Amino acid sequence: MEIDLFKKRRRQMTIVTVIIVALIIFFAEITKYDAIKGFTSIPAAIRWMFANFYPNAKSLDKLPSILSKLNETIFLSISSTTTAGVLALVFALFGSRTTKINNFLSSISRFIASIFRNIPVVAWAMILLFSFGQNALTGYFALFFVTFGFLTRVFIETIDEASYESVEALQATGATYFQIVFQAVIPSSLPQLISWLLYMIETNIRSSTLVGILTGTGVGFAFSLYYKSMNYNAASLVVIAIVLTVFVIEIISNYVRRVIL
Amino acid sequence: MNITESVVSNPIQLDKSRLKRTKSGKIKVKVLRRSQVVTNITLVSLVILTIYGFLSFNYKNINFLEAVNNTITNVRTMFLDSALNHFTLSESLYQILITMGLAFLTTVIGGVISLILGLFAAKNLTNEKVSNVIKGFVAFIRAVPTILWVLIFAVAAGLGSVAAVIGMTFHTVGYLIKAFSESIEELDEGVIEALKASGASWWQIVFQAILPSTATYLLAWTFLRFEINFTNAVAMGAAAGAGGIGFELFMASGFYFDVREVGFITYLILAVAVLLEILSTRIKNRYLY
Repeated sequence: MEIDLFKKRRRQMTIVTVIIVALIIFFAEITKYDAIKGFTSIPAAIRWMFANFYPNAKSLDKLPSILSKLNETIFLSISSTTTAGVLALVFALFGSRTTKINNFLSSISRFIASIFRNIPVVAWAMILLFSFGQNALTGYFALFFVTFGFLTRVFIETIDEASYESVEALQATGATYFQIVFQAVIPSSLPQLISWLLYMIETNIRSSTLVGILTGTGVGFAFSLYYKSMNYNAASLVVIAIVLTVFVIEIISNYVRRVIL
Repeated sequence: MNITESVVSNPIQLDKSRLKRTKSGKIKVKVLRRSQVVTNITLVSLVILTIYGFLSFNYKNINFLEAVNNTITNVRTMFLDSALNHFTLSESLYQILITMGLAFLTTVIGGVISLILGLFAAKNLTNEKVSNVIKGFVAFIRAVPTILWVLIFAVAAGLGSVAAVIGMTFHTVGYLIKAFSESIEELDEGVIEALKASGASWWQIVFQAILPSTATYLLAWTFLRFEINFTNAVAMGAAAGAGGIGFELFMASGFYFDVREVGFITYLILAVAVLLEILSTRIKNRYLY
C-alpha cells in the first residue's frame, strides 16, 4: 500500500516534470530564447557593469538635472496614489460585503476596478499618449488608473476583514449609513488602508520609471536618454538615485507600519 | 484580606491616573496615542505632498479639457470599434503566446534559483549572517525597476528575449526569495529540531521536512509571480523590444497611430490578465490564507 503511494507520487512528479520541460523547450523555441546565451550573458553583464556602469566625476555634473527629474517621478507616484486611493475608498465602500448599498452597485464597482487594474500600465500609457502626448499627465493618469483598480480590490478585502462586528453593533444601535462608515468602518481599517497606500507609492516609483521611458517624462526619460547616448556613467547615477529613493521610502513606510499596525 | 482590598481599590486608582482632563476640568474623551499621531502625520503629509506635486508638474500648457475630450473619443473608438489592421487574429494570438512564453521562462528560471537561495535566506535553516546578506542583496535587486535590469542586460546580450528573460528573472528572484524565505521561517521550529536531534543532515531536513510542508505555499507564490510576470513581459515588449504582444502594442500606438488596433490588443491582454487573476485569486485563497 505504502509502496504504491510512493510509486504514484513518483509517477505524478515525473509527468509534471515532463510537462514543464516540454513547455520550456516549446516557449524557448517560439521566443527565440537561447539558454546558453542567457547564462553566459550574466557574467558578461556583471563584467560590463564593473567596467563601465559606475558614476564618475563628469557624470556628477548631471546630478542636479537627474534629481529634478527624480523629484517629478516621486511626486507623480505620490499624487497618483493618494488621489487614486480616495476614489478607490469610495468604490471599495460600494463594493464591500459589509458596507454595500445593494448587490448591483457592488458588482458594478468590482467589475470596473477589475478592468482598470488588469489593463497593464503600459497599455494605459500607450492609450493616453494619443491625446496627452509627452506630458506628466500621461504618466499620472496611467498610474492613477492601475492604482485605482488595485487599491479598490485590496481596500474591499481590508474592509471585509476589519469591520464586520463593529458595523453590526452600530446597526443595532440604529446608526445611519454615514455614521457607520465614518465611526466604525474607516477608523477600524485606516491603519491597513494607509499601509496599502505606502506599498503602492513604493511600487509606483518603479512603474513610473517604466512609464517615463515610454512617455518621455521623469527619471525614466533621463535614464533612457543617457542609455541611448551610451553615457553609462550618468545612467548608473540614475539607477543609484532610484535605489536610494526606494530604500528611503521603504524605511519610512516600515516605520509607519510598525507604529500604526 | 489584603488581596481583596487591593483588587477593589486598584481599578479606581488606575482609572484616576488614566483620566486626562482639559484645562477647564472636563474629562478628555479622545486621548492621542502615538499610533494616532503617526497616522495623522502620514495622512496630512500625503495630502500636502499631493498638492505640491500637482503644482510642480510641468504641464507644458496642455489644454486639459481638449485632451480629456480627445481621450474619451479615442477610448470609445478603441473599445467599441476595435479592429486588427496590420496583422491577423491568429498572428496576434501567437504574439500573446510569445509574451506568455517570456513570462513562463522567467518564472521557471527565477523559481529554481529562488528555491535554492531561499533555503539559505531562511533564518531557521542557516545563520543570521548569511540570511541577512542574501536578504539585503535581494532588497537591492527589488529596488531597481525591472525595465532597468532588462536594459542593463541588453547591453551585454543585445535587445531581445534573452535580455528580457534574464532581466525579469532578476526581479523575480528578488520577489520570490523574500516570499519563500518568509514561508519557510513560519514553519514550526519543533519539526526541524526533532530532525536535528535524530541526527538528520541539512539536506535531509530540507527534503524530508521543509519542502513537503511548504510546497503548496511555494507553488502558490510562484504562480502569483507568473501573473505579475505576464504584465511585466507585456511592458518589456513595449519598452525593451522583447517581442510579443507588448511590442505590437507599442508599434500600433507609437508608429501606426492606429487607435482601433490598440483597442483590440488591449482587449486581448485584458482577457488573459483577468483569466490569470481569477486563477491566482483561487490559488491564493485556497493555499495562502
